[in-house]
Amino acid sequence: MDFLPSPLSGALAAAVSWLVIALASLAPGRNALVVRRLAFPLGALAGLALAAFGLQAMWLPAAQMTLPLGLPDLPFHLRIDPLAGFFLMLLGAVSAGVCVYAAGYFRDESGERLTLIGLQYHVFLASMAFVIVADDAYLFMVAWETMALSSYFLVTTDHKLPAVRGAGFLYLLVAHLGAIAILLCFGVMSGGQGDYTFDALRAAELKPLWATVAFLLAFFGFGAKAGMIPLHAWLPEAHPAAPSPVSALMSGIMIKTAIYGMVRVIYDLIGGVRWEWGVLVLAIGAATTLFGVLYALMQHDLKRLLAYHSVENIGIILLGLGASMVFLGFGHSAAGALGLIAALYHTLNHAVFKGLLFLGAGSILHATGLRNLNDMGGLIHKMPKTAFYFLIGALAISALPPLNGFVSEWLTFQAALQAPLLANGVVRSVLPLFAATLALAGALTAMCFVKVYGIAFLGQPREPRHAPQPKAPAAGRDAGTLEQYGMAWLAAGCFVLGLFPTSFLLMLNRVATSLTGKGLSRAALESNWLWLIPSSSVQASYSPGIFLIVIVAVTLLTFLLVRRFYHGRVRYADPWDCGYPGQTPRMQDTADAFGQPIRHVFGPVYLMKRHLPGPDDPAPKFTLKIEDRHWYWLYLPLARLTNYVSSKIALLQQGRISIYLLYSFLTLIALLVFVR
Amino acid sequence: MADTPGIAFQILQSVFVVLAAPLLLGWANQCRAWLQNRSAPSILLPYRTLAKLFHKDAVIAKNASALFRLTPYVVFGCMWLAAGIVPVLATDLPFAPAADIIALVAVFALARVFSALAAMDIGTSFGGLGARREMLIGFLAEPAMLMTLFTAAFISGSTQFNTIVETLGNREFAIDPSLAFAAAAFLMVALAENARIPIDNPTTHLELTMIHEAMILEYSARHLALIEWAVAIKLFAYVSIGIALFAPWGIAEAGNWSALPLAFAALAVKLTLAGAGLALVETLLAKLRLFLAPEFLSTAFLLAVLGMLTHFLTQG
Repeated sequence: MDFLPSPLSGALAAAVSWLVIALASLAPGRNALVVRRLAFPLGALAGLALAAFGLQAMWLPAAQMTLPLGLPDLPFHLRIDPLAGFFLMLLGAVSAGVCVYAAGYFRDESGERLTLIGLQYHVFLASMAFVIVADDAYLFMVAWETMALSSYFLVTTDHKLPAVRGAGFLYLLVAHLGAIAILLCFGVMSGGQGDYTFDALRAAELKPLWATVAFLLAFFGFGAKAGMIPLHAWLPEAHPAAPSPVSALMSGIMIKTAIYGMVRVIYDLIGGVRWEWGVLVLAIGAATTLFGVLYALMQHDLKRLLAYHSVENIGIILLGLGASMVFLGFGHSAAGALGLIAALYHTLNHAVFKGLLFLGAGSILHATGLRNLNDMGGLIHKMPKTAFYFLIGALAISALPPLNGFVSEWLTFQAALQAPLLANGVVRSVLPLFAATLALAGALTAMCFVKVYGIAFLGQPREPRHAPQPKAPAAGRDAGTLEQYGMAWLAAGCFVLGLFPTSFLLMLNRVATSLTGKGLSRAALESNWLWLIPSSSVQASYSPGIFLIVIVAVTLLTFLLVRRFYHGRVRYADPWDCGYPGQTPRMQDTADAFGQPIRHVFGPVYLMKRHLPGPDDPAPKFTLKIEDRHWYWLYLPLARLTNYVSSKIALLQQGRISIYLLYSFLTLIALLVFVR
Repeated sequence: MADTPGIAFQILQSVFVVLAAPLLLGWANQCRAWLQNRSAPSILLPYRTLAKLFHKDAVIAKNASALFRLTPYVVFGCMWLAAGIVPVLATDLPFAPAADIIALVAVFALARVFSALAAMDIGTSFGGLGARREMLIGFLAEPAMLMTLFTAAFISGSTQFNTIVETLGNREFAIDPSLAFAAAAFLMVALAENARIPIDNPTTHLELTMIHEAMILEYSARHLALIEWAVAIKLFAYVSIGIALFAPWGIAEAGNWSALPLAFAALAVKLTLAGAGLALVETLLAKLRLFLAPEFLSTAFLLAVLGMLTHFLTQG
């Protein structure tokens, strides 16, 4: 296949073409139509190309390239290996769907705004591609910061709203705290050699203590970007503030670059994974999973709710990674590979279904102007197509077979069930408890999406509480054609990833082999397209294809038998009103009411401020406010501490030139004393 | 893996479960009536109810969506599928490797999600209330159920039902402490999952207490019949899971036709005992307040976890 470019140059070309599209968005004199009709579809094509090259790279040995760019004597190094190929495929495939959607979504934006969005959006995409192909710390950090900045500007697209500016600032702050940790991590890994190419970092031998320091810096640095507890607070603020396609990119792809960074640094650059690290990752993963879903259940803003689910899913990915690190630390390479594969599979799955759900939320926002679930209802009648795609996404994220979410959670369970291999009795008995966390989170997710779907799409339309309706660009209409194509692409992804898991298992096995040296057990590699076998066919197997065929067959058979032997007669009537004719649609369950049992059961998790009216209250009013506890024990004290320290440091600043000259003098004296 | 007698066994078993399920329900109801000093209805009453419902005209709310009409078929299909996975008469079913115990729990979850969505489709306050409570019970019961099954999976080193049952059935008779814990947990989960006392009462229509019945209030005629039938199959499946895990003796291997009569006889005895036991439990216990259900089910979860830890401890 000589006529095709090598995966690395192909991926580079795709990323550069995103940059070109970004600049071209500015060129044609702020013409919105050109950006919409040309820039976004071309961006989608570049995404598809990138996905193809990524896919190809997973089957080829690693390739390197040096670009004559960057600082003098510090050129940019690029490298593509199966791990990078996998994440490029994720980035390309998901962004292709989002770009097509965006071409339809931004139809009512003014030209000025849209050219800016077009610029930032494509720079954002290109910077993520460079993060993945970077092969030295310098390029990595440049791309990482470009990614943070471009997404910051996208988050603050509606910068006239104070809440959006606040969310953007918080995001920038946490992103930079993470970036500092990552920078320090690279410094620790280089061990003072001054060579920051990944090859050098890989070759450097670290003492166990320094390796653990590097691990902690990488874990928390990347964790801040991924949104793991307790560094998650920016995520539910920033992701919903952005326009919906950007939310889809951020939740679907950007937080996955943090997972990429974690895997790259911990498995590849540091190497020699220790099981103690795995236990920490498992513990934080479990906390992230539970807090994420419990807070998601309390939200009534659709996009905030989805953002909290991103936190939860990062937790699930961390559970897989943690299990893998525990097994690798104890020297069980096959089980370790299985955990890693489960985590990466869930990364891909989450990108697909969370992208789909955010796009669906965007279509709802366009059609109704609403983000508050409590004002929605009955949308399935007005927007049947959006309702259909959203249902697929909701079933996928709830980990229901035969869709994709189930496969990766199943693999994570299977990894946890390898626990009897472990020699350490404590770790062996604790590992299945993390599986229990996953089971609980899965069931809670199902509850949350029953709530979302039931309240937004089903039931009767609730009349708005506030008289002036927010302006809806596409009042009452279903998603446009391009928006539907975008959603259909991702919905198809949910099916493909759910029904043909073995091909992805084998691909990911290449990634695991390239990172850990050994892959899955031999029996697992005998999986064929029909049967998914993670360790051996006696232990476990799953066949989504047969599953789907059987469930469709029995459902159809039931339908036909009922029709054949009985009849299809139907009468339509009003719903049963329990003898009370005065019911209104506002008497349906609201999103907050649906979460009430959860508040009851998990009360201590939340910071609840509730006002219950008494029986003789003349103007009874029920208020309920739920806040994230992390604000009060972590963020606000930190902010106060920072303010306090700054105010003390500000004492230095007297504003008189003689004092400043004194400082210089004292510094000089001190230097003379020390340097001599 | 898929030979002809095996497939014949597979089809035979799933059809048998679907057809026999209402009988178990009828038997349990009959026992309960006897225990409560009422004159018992015929054991065939559930069949007559189904036949009556199938012949009626369906009444559907005007604003129902397609999801509402699809759900009964999906729920019935899920239960039928579950009936094909659980080893009732025979192990080594050719379809069983396609879905292991985790997938089995997920099938029940799929049915639950669809019923809850359909309950919210009409937009009455009862539907939402039922859906909310059902999902509450669901998320509490599901982890406990998985932990119970994981205990069995750890003992047999497999998450496939076939292998589990073969391992448990072919070993020497001994009371395994981890299985005892698991059995207690399973019993509690099974009562909750099947909407029985003490969590829910299948015969009540009192708004303060009903869970499952509130969800299906809008259904009538053939749709209701399918849902009621699915409820019966679910009960049968759960009883079969219990039998398969904790009393698997006498079960045949697929394709071994000579063992079939013995398997039938063993199953009949076990089901008779199980139905009577269920009636006894439902007579002796009172329904719990809704917000005691979390305590009940977290007890089940803790028992299951204890069972698992016991297994790790006894295995050294």
